[in-house]
Amino acid sequence: MAEINELKRTASQVRRDIVRMVHGCKSGHPGGSLGCADFLTALYFDIMKHNPEFKMDGKGEDIFFLSNGHISPVFYSVLARSGYFPVKELATFRQLNSRLQGHPATAEHLPGVRIASGSLGQGVSVAVGAAQAKKLNNDTSLVYALMGDGEMQEGQIWEALMYAAHNKVDNLILTIDFNKQQIDGSTVEIMGFDDITAKISSFGWQVLHMNGNDMADVVKVMNEAKAACGKGKPVFVIMKTEMGQGVDFMMGSHKWHGVAPNDEQLASALKQLDETLGDY
Amino acid sequence: MKHYEIFDKKDTRSGFGAGLLEAGKSNSEVVALCADLTGSVKMDAFKAAFPERFFQVGIAEANMIGLAAGMSIGGKIPFTGTFANFSTGRVFDQIRQSVAYSNKNVKICASHAGLTLGEDGATHQILEDIGLMKMLPNMTVINPCDYNQTKAATMAIAAYNGPVYLRFGRPVVPNFTAPDQKFQIGKAWMVNEGKDVSIFATGHLVWKAIEAGHILAEKGIDAEIINIHTIKPLDETAVLKSVAKTKCVVTAEEHQRHGGLGDSICQLLARNTPAPVEMVAVNDSFGESGVPEDLLKKYKLDTPDIVEAVLKVMSRRG
Repeated sequence: MAEINELKRTASQVRRDIVRMVHGCKSGHPGGSLGCADFLTALYFDIMKHNPEFKMDGKGEDIFFLSNGHISPVFYSVLARSGYFPVKELATFRQLNSRLQGHPATAEHLPGVRIASGSLGQGVSVAVGAAQAKKLNNDTSLVYALMGDGEMQEGQIWEALMYAAHNKVDNLILTIDFNKQQIDGSTVEIMGFDDITAKISSFGWQVLHMNGNDMADVVKVMNEAKAACGKGKPVFVIMKTEMGQGVDFMMGSHKWHGVAPNDEQLASALKQLDETLGDY
Repeated sequence: MKHYEIFDKKDTRSGFGAGLLEAGKSNSEVVALCADLTGSVKMDAFKAAFPERFFQVGIAEANMIGLAAGMSIGGKIPFTGTFANFSTGRVFDQIRQSVAYSNKNVKICASHAGLTLGEDGATHQILEDIGLMKMLPNMTVINPCDYNQTKAATMAIAAYNGPVYLRFGRPVVPNFTAPDQKFQIGKAWMVNEGKDVSIFATGHLVWKAIEAGHILAEKGIDAEIINIHTIKPLDETAVLKSVAKTKCVVTAEEHQRHGGLGDSICQLLARNTPAPVEMVAVNDSFGESGVPEDLLKKYKLDTPDIVEAVLKVMSRRG
Protein backbone atom coordinates (compact mmCIF):
# COMPACT_ATOMS: atom_id res chain seq x y z
CA MET A 1 0.00 0.00 0.00
CA ALA A 2 1.30 3.39 -0.95
CA GLU A 3 1.92 5.89 1.81
CA ILE A 4 -0.94 8.33 2.32
CA ASN A 5 1.45 11.25 2.14
CA GLU A 6 2.86 9.99 -1.12
CA LEU A 7 -0.64 9.79 -2.59
CA LYS A 8 -1.37 13.32 -1.39
CA ARG A 9 1.76 14.57 -3.10
CA THR A 10 0.70 12.89 -6.34
CA ALA A 11 -2.79 14.36 -6.04
CA SER A 12 -1.30 17.83 -5.67
CA GLN A 13 0.51 17.40 -8.97
CA VAL A 14 -2.65 16.05 -10.57
CA ARG A 15 -4.47 19.20 -9.45
CA ARG A 16 -1.74 21.35 -10.97
CA ASP A 17 -2.11 19.41 -14.21
CA ILE A 18 -5.87 19.97 -14.16
CA VAL A 19 -5.79 23.73 -13.78
CA ARG A 20 -2.91 24.07 -16.25
CA MET A 21 -4.67 21.91 -18.87
CA VAL A 22 -7.93 23.79 -18.58
CA HIS A 23 -6.13 27.13 -18.62
CA GLY A 24 -4.07 26.06 -21.64
CA CYS A 25 -7.08 25.49 -23.88
CA LYS A 26 -9.33 28.05 -22.18
CA SER A 27 -12.06 25.46 -21.74
CA GLY A 28 -12.91 22.30 -19.86
CA HIS A 29 -14.22 21.30 -16.46
CA PRO A 30 -11.94 22.06 -13.51
CA GLY A 31 -14.50 21.89 -10.66
CA GLY A 32 -15.41 18.20 -10.73
CA SER A 33 -11.90 17.25 -11.83
CA LEU A 34 -10.36 18.88 -8.74
CA GLY A 35 -12.99 17.29 -6.50
CA CYS A 36 -12.19 13.80 -7.80
CA ALA A 37 -8.39 14.20 -7.87
CA ASP A 38 -7.84 12.37 -4.57
CA PHE A 39 -10.11 9.49 -5.56
CA LEU A 40 -8.58 8.91 -8.99
CA THR A 41 -5.07 9.24 -7.61
CA ALA A 42 -5.84 6.61 -4.99
CA LEU A 43 -7.40 4.32 -7.59
CA TYR A 44 -4.53 4.43 -10.07
CA PHE A 45 -1.65 4.65 -7.59
CA ASP A 46 -2.86 2.28 -4.91
CA ILE A 47 -6.25 0.59 -5.14
CA MET A 48 -6.38 -0.89 -8.65
CA LYS A 49 -4.13 -3.61 -10.00
CA HIS A 50 -3.63 -2.37 -13.53
CA ASN A 51 -1.12 -2.38 -16.33
CA PRO A 52 -0.04 0.83 -18.09
CA GLU A 53 1.03 -1.40 -21.00
CA PHE A 54 -2.49 -0.83 -22.22
CA LYS A 55 -4.59 -3.63 -23.62
CA MET A 56 -8.17 -2.84 -24.54
CA ASP A 57 -9.63 -6.09 -23.21
CA GLY A 58 -8.18 -5.52 -19.73
CA LYS A 59 -8.11 -9.24 -19.06
CA GLY A 60 -6.53 -10.11 -15.73
CA GLU A 61 -6.39 -6.51 -14.48
CA ASP A 62 -8.72 -4.09 -12.75
CA ILE A 63 -10.32 -1.65 -15.16
CA PHE A 64 -11.96 1.74 -14.69
CA PHE A 65 -14.75 3.54 -16.54
CA LEU A 66 -15.42 7.27 -16.28
CA SER A 67 -19.10 7.85 -16.94
CA ASN A 68 -19.04 11.60 -16.19
CA GLY A 69 -16.64 12.15 -19.07
CA HIS A 70 -16.48 15.92 -18.66
CA ILE A 71 -13.97 15.52 -15.82
CA SER A 72 -11.50 14.27 -18.42
CA PRO A 73 -8.67 16.51 -17.11
CA VAL A 74 -8.29 14.49 -13.91
CA PHE A 75 -8.61 11.20 -15.84
CA TYR A 76 -5.94 12.20 -18.36
CA SER A 77 -3.58 13.49 -15.69
CA VAL A 78 -3.80 10.30 -13.64
CA LEU A 79 -3.37 8.12 -16.73
CA ALA A 80 -0.30 10.07 -17.85
CA ARG A 81 1.20 10.21 -14.37
CA SER A 82 0.82 6.46 -13.99
CA GLY A 83 2.56 5.79 -17.30
CA TYR A 84 -0.11 5.20 -19.91
CA PHE A 85 1.18 7.96 -22.18
CA PRO A 86 3.79 10.74 -22.02
CA VAL A 87 3.03 13.45 -19.46
CA LYS A 88 3.94 16.16 -21.98
CA GLU A 89 0.95 15.11 -24.07
CA LEU A 90 -1.30 16.71 -21.44
CA ALA A 91 -0.40 20.02 -23.12
CA THR A 92 -2.47 18.96 -26.16
CA PHE A 93 -5.73 18.70 -24.22
CA ARG A 94 -8.73 19.79 -26.32
CA GLN A 95 -6.55 20.92 -29.20
CA LEU A 96 -6.72 19.92 -32.84
CA ASN A 97 -5.20 16.50 -33.67
CA SER A 98 -4.88 15.58 -30.00
CA ARG A 99 -5.58 12.17 -28.49
CA LEU A 100 -6.90 14.07 -25.46
CA GLN A 101 -10.38 14.94 -26.67
CA GLY A 102 -12.62 17.24 -24.65
CA HIS A 103 -14.44 14.15 -23.48
CA PRO A 104 -12.67 10.77 -23.37
CA ALA A 105 -12.74 8.81 -26.61
CA THR A 106 -11.28 5.65 -28.05
CA ALA A 107 -11.15 6.86 -31.66
CA GLU A 108 -7.70 8.40 -31.23
CA HIS A 109 -6.47 5.32 -29.36
CA LEU A 110 -5.38 7.07 -26.18
CA PRO A 111 -4.04 4.33 -23.89
CA GLY A 112 -6.18 3.87 -20.80
CA VAL A 113 -9.51 4.84 -22.33
CA ARG A 114 -11.84 1.93 -23.14
CA ILE A 115 -15.08 3.73 -24.02
CA ALA A 116 -16.21 7.17 -25.09
CA SER A 117 -18.13 9.07 -22.44
CA GLY A 118 -19.57 12.53 -22.14
CA SER A 119 -23.18 12.02 -23.04
CA LEU A 120 -24.20 11.19 -19.50
CA GLY A 121 -25.79 8.07 -18.10
CA GLN A 122 -24.08 5.46 -20.27
CA GLY A 123 -20.90 4.53 -18.43
CA VAL A 124 -22.52 2.53 -15.66
CA SER A 125 -24.16 0.18 -18.16
CA VAL A 126 -20.82 -0.24 -19.89
CA ALA A 127 -19.09 -1.00 -16.59
CA VAL A 128 -21.74 -3.57 -15.67
CA GLY A 129 -21.32 -5.25 -19.06
CA ALA A 130 -17.54 -5.28 -18.67
CA ALA A 131 -17.94 -6.81 -15.20
CA GLN A 132 -20.16 -9.55 -16.61
CA ALA A 133 -17.62 -10.22 -19.34
CA LYS A 134 -14.97 -10.69 -16.62
CA LYS A 135 -17.18 -13.27 -14.95
CA LEU A 136 -17.66 -15.11 -18.26
CA ASN A 137 -13.89 -15.06 -18.69
CA ASN A 138 -13.31 -16.40 -15.15
CA ASP A 139 -11.33 -13.23 -14.56
CA THR A 140 -11.38 -12.37 -10.85
CA SER A 141 -10.17 -8.80 -11.25
CA LEU A 142 -12.57 -5.92 -10.61
CA VAL A 143 -14.35 -3.20 -12.54
CA TYR A 144 -14.46 0.34 -11.13
CA ALA A 145 -16.64 3.17 -12.37
CA LEU A 146 -17.25 6.79 -11.46
CA MET A 147 -20.29 8.90 -12.20
CA GLY A 148 -21.56 12.32 -11.22
CA ASP A 149 -24.42 12.97 -8.84
CA GLY A 150 -26.28 15.12 -11.35
CA GLU A 151 -25.89 12.17 -13.70
CA MET A 152 -28.28 10.21 -11.51
CA GLN A 153 -31.02 12.21 -13.21
CA GLU A 154 -30.47 10.14 -16.35
CA GLY A 155 -32.93 7.24 -16.49
CA GLN A 156 -30.40 4.79 -17.89
CA ILE A 157 -28.50 4.89 -14.58
CA TRP A 158 -31.49 3.37 -12.82
CA GLU A 159 -31.86 0.72 -15.50
CA ALA A 160 -28.26 -0.25 -14.87
CA LEU A 161 -28.67 -0.19 -11.09
CA MET A 162 -31.65 -2.55 -11.29
CA TYR A 163 -29.89 -4.86 -13.70
CA ALA A 164 -26.61 -5.12 -11.77
CA ALA A 165 -28.33 -5.97 -8.50
CA HIS A 166 -30.73 -8.45 -10.09
CA ASN A 167 -27.85 -10.22 -11.79
CA LYS A 168 -25.57 -10.12 -8.73
CA VAL A 169 -22.78 -8.29 -10.53
CA ASP A 170 -20.60 -8.27 -7.42
CA ASN A 171 -17.26 -7.59 -9.12
CA LEU A 172 -18.14 -3.96 -9.65
CA ILE A 173 -17.48 -0.89 -7.48
CA LEU A 174 -19.43 2.16 -8.61
CA THR A 175 -18.55 5.46 -7.01
CA ILE A 176 -20.70 8.56 -7.18
CA ASP A 177 -19.10 12.00 -6.97
CA PHE A 178 -21.52 13.44 -4.45
CA ASN A 179 -20.57 17.11 -4.66
CA LYS A 180 -24.18 18.28 -4.89
CA GLN A 181 -23.43 20.64 -7.77
CA GLN A 182 -24.44 20.65 -11.40
CA ILE A 183 -24.33 23.20 -14.21
CA ASP A 184 -27.48 25.10 -13.33
CA GLY A 185 -27.02 25.06 -9.58
CA SER A 186 -27.14 22.67 -6.65
CA THR A 187 -28.58 19.20 -7.11
CA VAL A 188 -30.83 19.92 -4.15
CA GLU A 189 -32.50 22.76 -6.05
CA ILE A 190 -32.60 21.03 -9.41
CA MET A 191 -33.60 17.47 -8.52
CA GLY A 192 -33.27 16.60 -4.85
CA PHE A 193 -32.11 13.11 -3.90
CA ASP A 194 -33.62 12.90 -0.43
CA ASP A 195 -31.98 9.84 1.09
CA ILE A 196 -29.61 8.51 -1.54
CA THR A 197 -28.36 5.75 0.75
CA ALA A 198 -31.88 4.42 1.18
CA LYS A 199 -32.57 4.67 -2.54
CA ILE A 200 -29.49 2.76 -3.61
CA SER A 201 -29.74 0.20 -0.78
CA SER A 202 -33.33 -0.50 -1.74
CA PHE A 203 -32.12 -1.25 -5.26
CA GLY A 204 -30.07 -4.10 -3.80
CA TRP A 205 -26.59 -2.61 -3.71
CA GLN A 206 -24.08 -2.67 -0.86
CA VAL A 207 -23.60 1.01 0.03
CA LEU A 208 -20.47 2.56 1.57
CA HIS A 209 -19.67 6.17 2.44
CA MET A 210 -16.44 8.00 1.90
CA ASN A 211 -14.94 11.45 2.24
CA GLY A 212 -13.47 11.80 -1.23
CA ASN A 213 -11.17 14.63 -0.21
CA ASP A 214 -9.57 12.84 2.72
CA MET A 215 -6.92 10.56 1.21
CA ALA A 216 -6.72 8.29 4.23
CA ASP A 217 -10.47 7.79 4.16
CA VAL A 218 -10.47 7.16 0.41
CA VAL A 219 -7.87 4.41 0.77
CA LYS A 220 -9.63 2.90 3.77
CA VAL A 221 -13.11 2.87 2.25
CA MET A 222 -12.01 1.70 -1.19
CA ASN A 223 -10.24 -1.24 0.48
CA GLU A 224 -13.48 -1.97 2.31
CA ALA A 225 -15.27 -1.79 -1.05
CA LYS A 226 -12.87 -4.34 -2.50
CA ALA A 227 -13.50 -6.60 0.48
CA ALA A 228 -17.25 -6.22 -0.06
CA CYS A 229 -16.98 -7.64 -3.60
CA GLY A 230 -17.84 -11.24 -4.32
CA LYS A 231 -20.71 -11.33 -1.86
CA GLY A 232 -23.64 -11.27 -4.23
CA LYS A 233 -24.19 -7.52 -4.40
CA PRO A 234 -22.63 -4.77 -6.50
CA VAL A 235 -20.89 -2.12 -4.39
CA PHE A 236 -21.85 1.56 -4.40
CA VAL A 237 -19.62 4.17 -2.79
CA ILE A 238 -21.15 7.53 -1.95
CA MET A 239 -18.18 9.84 -2.14
CA LYS A 240 -18.65 13.28 -0.68
CA THR A 241 -16.39 15.80 -2.38
CA GLU A 242 -16.07 19.53 -2.69
CA MET A 243 -16.23 20.79 -6.26
CA GLY A 244 -13.00 22.70 -6.90
CA GLN A 245 -11.22 21.09 -3.91
CA GLY A 246 -7.68 22.41 -3.47
CA VAL A 247 -8.18 25.81 -5.07
CA ASP A 248 -9.89 28.14 -2.61
CA PHE A 249 -11.71 30.38 -5.06
CA MET A 250 -13.11 27.41 -6.99
CA MET A 251 -14.57 25.66 -3.96
CA GLY A 252 -18.13 25.58 -2.70
CA SER A 253 -19.90 26.62 -5.88
CA HIS A 254 -21.14 25.18 -9.16
CA LYS A 255 -19.66 28.19 -10.97
CA TRP A 256 -16.38 26.42 -11.73
CA HIS A 257 -18.08 23.39 -13.23
CA GLY A 258 -17.08 24.27 -16.76
CA VAL A 259 -15.05 27.49 -16.72
CA ALA A 260 -11.31 27.93 -17.29
CA PRO A 261 -9.19 30.18 -15.06
CA ASN A 262 -7.55 33.27 -16.56
CA ASP A 263 -3.81 33.95 -16.16
CA GLU A 264 -4.16 35.58 -12.74
CA GLN A 265 -6.46 32.91 -11.46
CA LEU A 266 -4.08 30.23 -12.71
CA ALA A 267 -1.19 31.84 -10.84
CA SER A 268 -3.28 32.03 -7.70
CA ALA A 269 -4.34 28.38 -8.05
CA LEU A 270 -0.79 27.14 -8.64
CA LYS A 271 0.41 28.92 -5.50
CA GLN A 272 -1.93 26.69 -3.53
CA LEU A 273 -0.76 23.43 -5.14
CA ASP A 274 2.74 22.04 -4.64
CA GLU A 275 4.62 20.97 -7.73
CA THR A 276 5.62 17.53 -6.49
CA LEU A 277 6.35 15.52 -9.63
CA GLY A 278 7.31 18.27 -12.07
CA ASP A 279 4.91 20.11 -14.35
CA TYR A 280 4.50 18.85 -17.92
CA MET B 1 -35.96 -13.48 -66.42
CA LYS B 2 -34.31 -16.02 -64.16
CA HIS B 3 -36.64 -18.33 -62.28
CA TYR B 4 -36.21 -18.76 -58.54
CA GLU B 5 -37.71 -21.72 -56.77
CA ILE B 6 -39.42 -20.98 -53.47
CA PHE B 7 -38.16 -23.59 -50.99
CA ASP B 8 -40.71 -22.61 -48.37
CA LYS B 9 -42.14 -19.52 -46.72
CA LYS B 10 -40.56 -18.31 -43.49
CA ASP B 11 -39.98 -15.17 -41.47
CA THR B 12 -36.58 -13.53 -41.64
CA ARG B 13 -36.51 -13.23 -37.84
CA SER B 14 -36.38 -17.03 -37.71
CA GLY B 15 -33.40 -16.89 -40.04
CA PHE B 16 -31.74 -14.65 -37.48
CA GLY B 17 -32.57 -17.09 -34.68
CA ALA B 18 -31.10 -19.99 -36.63
CA GLY B 19 -28.00 -18.01 -37.53
CA LEU B 20 -27.47 -16.87 -33.96
CA LEU B 21 -27.61 -20.46 -32.75
CA GLU B 22 -24.99 -21.46 -35.33
CA ALA B 23 -22.80 -18.48 -34.45
CA GLY B 24 -23.07 -19.48 -30.79
CA LYS B 25 -22.01 -23.03 -31.57
CA SER B 26 -18.99 -22.04 -33.62
CA ASN B 27 -17.74 -19.22 -31.38
CA SER B 28 -17.94 -19.33 -27.58
CA GLU B 29 -17.40 -15.55 -27.40
CA VAL B 30 -20.86 -14.91 -28.91
CA VAL B 31 -23.33 -13.66 -26.28
CA ALA B 32 -26.93 -12.53 -26.67
CA LEU B 33 -28.86 -9.81 -24.86
CA CYS B 34 -32.59 -9.37 -25.14
CA ALA B 35 -35.03 -6.72 -23.91
CA ASP B 36 -38.03 -8.87 -22.99
CA LEU B 37 -38.81 -10.12 -26.52
CA THR B 38 -36.93 -13.41 -26.59
CA GLY B 39 -39.60 -15.36 -28.45
CA SER B 40 -40.56 -12.51 -30.76
CA VAL B 41 -37.01 -11.98 -31.98
CA LYS B 42 -36.28 -15.71 -32.02
CA MET B 43 -33.48 -15.77 -29.48
CA ASP B 44 -35.05 -18.67 -27.60
CA ALA B 45 -33.00 -21.41 -29.30
CA PHE B 46 -29.76 -19.61 -28.37
CA LYS B 47 -31.04 -19.11 -24.83
CA ALA B 48 -31.85 -22.81 -24.47
CA ALA B 49 -28.51 -23.92 -25.88
CA PHE B 50 -26.31 -21.38 -24.08
CA PRO B 51 -28.13 -20.12 -20.96
CA GLU B 52 -24.90 -18.82 -19.43
CA ARG B 53 -24.32 -16.63 -22.51
CA PHE B 54 -27.84 -15.25 -22.67
CA PHE B 55 -28.69 -12.03 -20.79
CA GLN B 56 -32.26 -10.96 -20.16
CA VAL B 57 -32.12 -7.20 -19.63
CA GLY B 58 -35.81 -6.44 -19.22
CA ILE B 59 -37.52 -3.50 -20.87
CA ALA B 60 -34.41 -1.34 -20.74
CA GLU B 61 -32.95 -0.94 -24.19
CA ALA B 62 -30.56 1.88 -23.33
CA ASN B 63 -28.96 -0.26 -20.66
CA MET B 64 -28.82 -3.17 -23.10
CA ILE B 65 -26.72 -1.20 -25.58
CA GLY B 66 -24.32 -0.08 -22.84
CA LEU B 67 -24.02 -3.61 -21.44
CA ALA B 68 -23.24 -4.91 -24.91
CA ALA B 69 -20.53 -2.29 -25.41
CA GLY B 70 -19.03 -3.23 -22.04
CA MET B 71 -19.09 -6.95 -22.78
CA SER B 72 -17.35 -6.37 -26.10
CA ILE B 73 -14.44 -4.81 -24.21
CA GLY B 74 -13.86 -8.15 -22.49
CA GLY B 75 -13.68 -9.88 -25.88
CA LYS B 76 -17.31 -10.96 -26.13
CA ILE B 77 -19.30 -10.64 -29.36
CA PRO B 78 -22.66 -9.31 -28.14
CA PHE B 79 -25.84 -9.60 -30.21
CA THR B 80 -28.64 -7.37 -28.92
CA GLY B 81 -32.20 -8.24 -29.80
CA THR B 82 -35.40 -6.24 -29.76
CA PHE B 83 -37.78 -4.64 -32.26
CA ALA B 84 -36.18 -2.32 -34.82
CA ASN B 85 -37.83 0.73 -33.33
CA PHE B 86 -36.40 0.07 -29.87
CA SER B 87 -33.08 -1.01 -31.41
CA THR B 88 -32.42 2.33 -33.07
CA GLY B 89 -34.59 5.39 -32.48
CA ARG B 90 -34.99 4.73 -28.79
CA VAL B 91 -31.28 4.25 -28.21
CA PHE B 92 -29.65 6.35 -30.90
CA ASP B 93 -27.36 8.24 -28.54
CA GLN B 94 -26.29 5.07 -26.73
CA ILE B 95 -25.39 3.49 -30.05
CA ARG B 96 -23.69 6.65 -31.26
CA GLN B 97 -21.39 7.12 -28.27
CA SER B 98 -20.90 3.69 -26.71
CA VAL B 99 -20.93 1.58 -29.89
CA ALA B 100 -20.24 3.53 -33.09
CA TYR B 101 -17.86 6.26 -31.85
CA SER B 102 -16.21 3.79 -29.48
CA ASN B 103 -16.04 1.28 -32.38
CA LYS B 104 -17.23 -1.69 -30.34
CA ASN B 105 -17.87 -5.14 -31.74
CA VAL B 106 -21.61 -5.03 -31.05
CA LYS B 107 -24.27 -6.51 -33.35
CA ILE B 108 -27.56 -4.65 -33.10
CA CYS B 109 -30.15 -7.10 -34.35
CA ALA B 110 -33.53 -5.61 -35.09
CA SER B 111 -36.71 -7.48 -35.80
CA HIS B 112 -40.17 -6.30 -36.88
CA ALA B 113 -38.72 -3.57 -39.08
CA GLY B 114 -40.88 -1.64 -41.52
CA LEU B 115 -44.57 -1.64 -42.35
CA THR B 116 -44.86 -5.43 -42.46
CA LEU B 117 -44.81 -5.58 -38.68
CA GLY B 118 -48.50 -5.12 -39.43
CA GLU B 119 -51.28 -4.76 -36.94
CA ASP B 120 -49.28 -3.13 -34.10
CA GLY B 121 -49.28 0.06 -36.15
CA ALA B 122 -47.09 3.09 -36.60
CA THR B 123 -45.65 3.27 -33.06
CA HIS B 124 -43.77 0.07 -33.82
CA GLN B 125 -43.34 0.29 -37.61
CA ILE B 126 -40.04 2.08 -37.78
CA LEU B 127 -39.28 3.37 -41.27
CA GLU B 128 -36.31 5.53 -40.32
CA ASP B 129 -33.88 2.97 -38.86
CA ILE B 130 -31.71 2.47 -41.94
CA GLY B 131 -31.18 6.21 -42.18
CA LEU B 132 -30.35 6.55 -38.49
CA MET B 133 -27.84 3.72 -38.57
CA LYS B 134 -26.19 4.45 -41.91
CA MET B 135 -25.38 8.01 -40.83
CA LEU B 136 -23.17 6.72 -38.03
CA PRO B 137 -19.46 6.41 -38.85
CA ASN B 138 -18.08 2.86 -38.28
CA MET B 139 -21.55 1.31 -38.64
CA THR B 140 -22.32 -1.45 -41.15
CA VAL B 141 -25.99 -1.73 -42.17
CA ILE B 142 -27.43 -5.01 -43.44
CA ASN B 143 -30.99 -5.82 -44.53
CA PRO B 144 -31.25 -9.35 -45.90
CA CYS B 145 -34.11 -10.54 -48.11
CA ASP B 146 -35.24 -13.94 -46.84
CA TYR B 147 -34.77 -16.61 -44.18
CA ASN B 148 -31.70 -18.24 -45.68
CA GLN B 149 -29.95 -14.96 -46.33
CA THR B 150 -30.71 -13.65 -42.85
CA LYS B 151 -29.28 -16.81 -41.32
CA ALA B 152 -26.13 -16.50 -43.42
CA ALA B 153 -25.82 -12.78 -42.64
CA THR B 154 -26.11 -13.44 -38.91
CA MET B 155 -23.26 -15.93 -39.04
CA ALA B 156 -21.20 -13.56 -41.20
CA ILE B 157 -21.49 -10.60 -38.83
CA ALA B 158 -20.32 -12.76 -35.92
CA ALA B 159 -17.09 -13.26 -37.85
CA TYR B 160 -16.75 -9.56 -38.72
CA ASN B 161 -15.11 -7.23 -36.19
CA GLY B 162 -17.03 -3.95 -35.79
CA PRO B 163 -20.45 -2.45 -35.12
CA VAL B 164 -23.26 -3.85 -37.27
CA TYR B 165 -26.96 -3.08 -37.62
CA LEU B 166 -28.85 -6.15 -38.87
CA ARG B 167 -32.45 -5.53 -39.89
CA PHE B 168 -35.09 -8.21 -40.40
CA GLY B 169 -38.82 -8.69 -40.04
CA ARG B 170 -41.87 -10.49 -38.84
CA PRO B 171 -43.90 -11.61 -41.89
CA VAL B 172 -43.65 -15.02 -43.51
CA VAL B 173 -42.17 -14.45 -46.97
CA PRO B 174 -40.75 -16.60 -49.79
CA ASN B 175 -37.45 -18.27 -48.91
CA PHE B 176 -35.60 -18.57 -52.19
CA THR B 177 -31.89 -17.88 -51.72
CA ALA B 178 -29.46 -20.78 -51.35
CA PRO B 179 -29.50 -22.47 -47.94
CA ASP B 180 -25.73 -22.90 -47.92
CA GLN B 181 -24.87 -19.46 -49.28
CA LYS B 182 -21.76 -17.63 -48.17
CA PHE B 183 -22.82 -14.14 -47.14
CA GLN B 184 -20.37 -11.47 -48.17
CA ILE B 185 -20.83 -8.19 -46.31
CA GLY B 186 -20.81 -5.28 -48.74
CA LYS B 187 -21.11 -7.40 -51.87
CA ALA B 188 -24.31 -6.86 -53.85
CA TRP B 189 -26.03 -9.99 -55.14
CA MET B 190 -27.01 -10.16 -58.82
CA VAL B 191 -30.51 -11.61 -58.87
CA ASN B 192 -31.13 -11.19 -62.60
CA GLU B 193 -28.94 -9.72 -65.30
CA GLY B 194 -30.80 -7.38 -67.63
CA LYS B 195 -30.23 -4.36 -69.82
CA ASP B 196 -33.26 -2.07 -69.74
CA VAL B 197 -33.48 -0.88 -66.13
CA SER B 198 -31.64 -1.43 -62.84
CA ILE B 199 -33.83 -2.40 -59.91
CA PHE B 200 -31.96 -2.11 -56.61
CA ALA B 201 -34.03 -3.75 -53.88
CA THR B 202 -33.42 -4.60 -50.25
CA GLY B 203 -35.13 -6.74 -47.62
CA HIS B 204 -38.61 -8.06 -48.22
CA LEU B 205 -38.92 -6.05 -51.43
CA VAL B 206 -36.32 -8.18 -53.24
CA TRP B 207 -38.95 -10.85 -53.83
CA LYS B 208 -41.43 -8.18 -54.94
CA ALA B 209 -38.79 -7.00 -57.42
CA ILE B 210 -38.46 -10.54 -58.78
CA GLU B 211 -42.24 -10.72 -59.21
CA ALA B 212 -42.10 -7.37 -60.99
CA GLY B 213 -39.28 -8.68 -63.20
CA HIS B 214 -41.52 -11.46 -64.52
CA ILE B 215 -44.34 -9.02 -65.30
CA LEU B 216 -41.88 -6.70 -67.03
CA ALA B 217 -40.46 -9.60 -69.05
CA GLU B 218 -43.96 -10.26 -70.42
CA LYS B 219 -43.96 -6.63 -71.56
CA GLY B 220 -40.62 -7.17 -73.28
CA ILE B 221 -38.62 -5.30 -70.63
CA ASP B 222 -35.37 -6.91 -69.52
CA ALA B 223 -34.84 -5.76 -65.93
CA GLU B 224 -31.58 -6.10 -64.04
CA ILE B 225 -32.37 -6.88 -60.41
CA ILE B 226 -29.75 -6.50 -57.71
CA ASN B 227 -30.21 -7.36 -54.06
CA ILE B 228 -28.52 -4.69 -51.98
CA HIS B 229 -28.46 -6.58 -48.68
CA THR B 230 -25.65 -4.37 -47.38
CA ILE B 231 -26.75 -0.75 -47.51
CA LYS B 232 -23.54 0.40 -45.89
CA PRO B 233 -20.89 -0.01 -47.13
CA LEU B 234 -22.71 0.21 -50.44
CA ASP B 235 -21.34 -1.91 -53.28
CA GLU B 236 -20.68 1.15 -55.42
CA THR B 237 -18.90 -0.80 -58.14
CA ALA B 238 -21.90 -3.07 -58.71
CA VAL B 239 -24.34 -0.16 -58.76
CA LEU B 240 -22.31 1.97 -61.16
CA LYS B 241 -21.59 -0.97 -63.45
CA SER B 242 -25.30 -1.77 -63.71
CA VAL B 243 -26.38 1.83 -64.30
CA ALA B 244 -23.69 2.31 -66.95
CA LYS B 245 -25.59 -0.36 -68.88
CA THR B 246 -29.24 0.50 -68.12
CA LYS B 247 -29.08 4.30 -67.63
CA CYS B 248 -32.15 4.28 -65.36
CA VAL B 249 -32.91 3.09 -61.84
CA VAL B 250 -35.69 1.95 -59.54
CA THR B 251 -34.99 1.47 -55.84
CA ALA B 252 -37.29 -0.58 -53.62
CA GLU B 253 -37.30 -0.74 -49.83
CA GLU B 254 -39.55 -0.88 -46.81
CA HIS B 255 -38.30 2.43 -45.41
CA GLN B 256 -38.72 6.18 -45.78
CA ARG B 257 -37.44 7.69 -49.00
CA HIS B 258 -35.44 10.03 -46.81
CA GLY B 259 -32.40 8.24 -45.54
CA GLY B 260 -32.93 4.82 -47.05
CA LEU B 261 -31.35 2.73 -49.79
CA GLY B 262 -32.74 4.95 -52.54
CA ASP B 263 -31.15 7.96 -50.91
CA SER B 264 -27.75 6.22 -50.88
CA ILE B 265 -28.10 5.21 -54.54
CA CYS B 266 -29.11 8.74 -55.57
CA GLN B 267 -26.12 10.24 -53.80
CA LEU B 268 -23.77 7.79 -55.49
CA LEU B 269 -25.24 8.45 -58.94
CA ALA B 270 -25.26 12.22 -58.49
CA ARG B 271 -21.56 12.11 -57.62
CA ASN B 272 -20.70 9.87 -60.56
CA THR B 273 -23.13 9.26 -63.42
CA PRO B 274 -26.49 11.01 -62.91
CA ALA B 275 -29.45 8.94 -64.11
CA PRO B 276 -33.20 9.10 -63.58
CA VAL B 277 -34.32 7.31 -60.41
CA GLU B 278 -37.76 6.30 -59.15
CA MET B 279 -37.99 5.33 -55.50
CA VAL B 280 -40.42 2.73 -54.25
CA ALA B 281 -40.45 3.65 -50.57
CA VAL B 282 -42.65 5.29 -47.97
CA ASN B 283 -43.08 8.92 -48.85
CA ASP B 284 -42.63 10.96 -45.66
CA SER B 285 -45.48 9.44 -43.70
CA PHE B 286 -46.00 7.12 -40.76
CA GLY B 287 -47.63 3.73 -41.21
CA GLU B 288 -50.80 2.35 -39.63
CA SER B 289 -52.39 -0.88 -38.42
CA GLY B 290 -53.26 -3.53 -40.98
CA VAL B 291 -52.33 -6.84 -42.54
CA PRO B 292 -48.80 -6.65 -43.99
CA GLU B 293 -49.83 -7.28 -47.61
CA ASP B 294 -52.57 -4.63 -47.39
CA LEU B 295 -50.08 -2.15 -45.96
CA LEU B 296 -47.64 -2.76 -48.80
CA LYS B 297 -50.46 -2.11 -51.26
CA LYS B 298 -51.71 1.05 -49.56
CA TYR B 299 -48.23 2.55 -49.14
CA LYS B 300 -47.28 1.60 -52.71
CA LEU B 301 -44.51 -0.86 -51.92
CA ASP B 302 -46.03 -3.76 -53.83
CA THR B 303 -45.14 -5.57 -57.05
CA PRO B 304 -47.35 -3.39 -59.30
CA ASP B 305 -45.74 -0.28 -57.80
CA ILE B 306 -42.30 -1.52 -58.84
CA VAL B 307 -43.61 -2.25 -62.36
CA GLU B 308 -45.14 1.22 -62.58
CA ALA B 309 -41.90 2.82 -61.33
CA VAL B 310 -39.93 0.98 -64.01
CA LEU B 311 -42.23 2.15 -66.79
CA LYS B 312 -42.02 5.69 -65.50
CA VAL B 313 -38.25 5.79 -65.12
CA MET B 314 -37.73 4.26 -68.57
CA SER B 315 -39.96 6.95 -70.10
CA ARG B 316 -37.98 9.63 -68.24
CA ARG B 317 -34.75 8.22 -69.63
CA GLY B 318 -36.24 8.33 -73.13
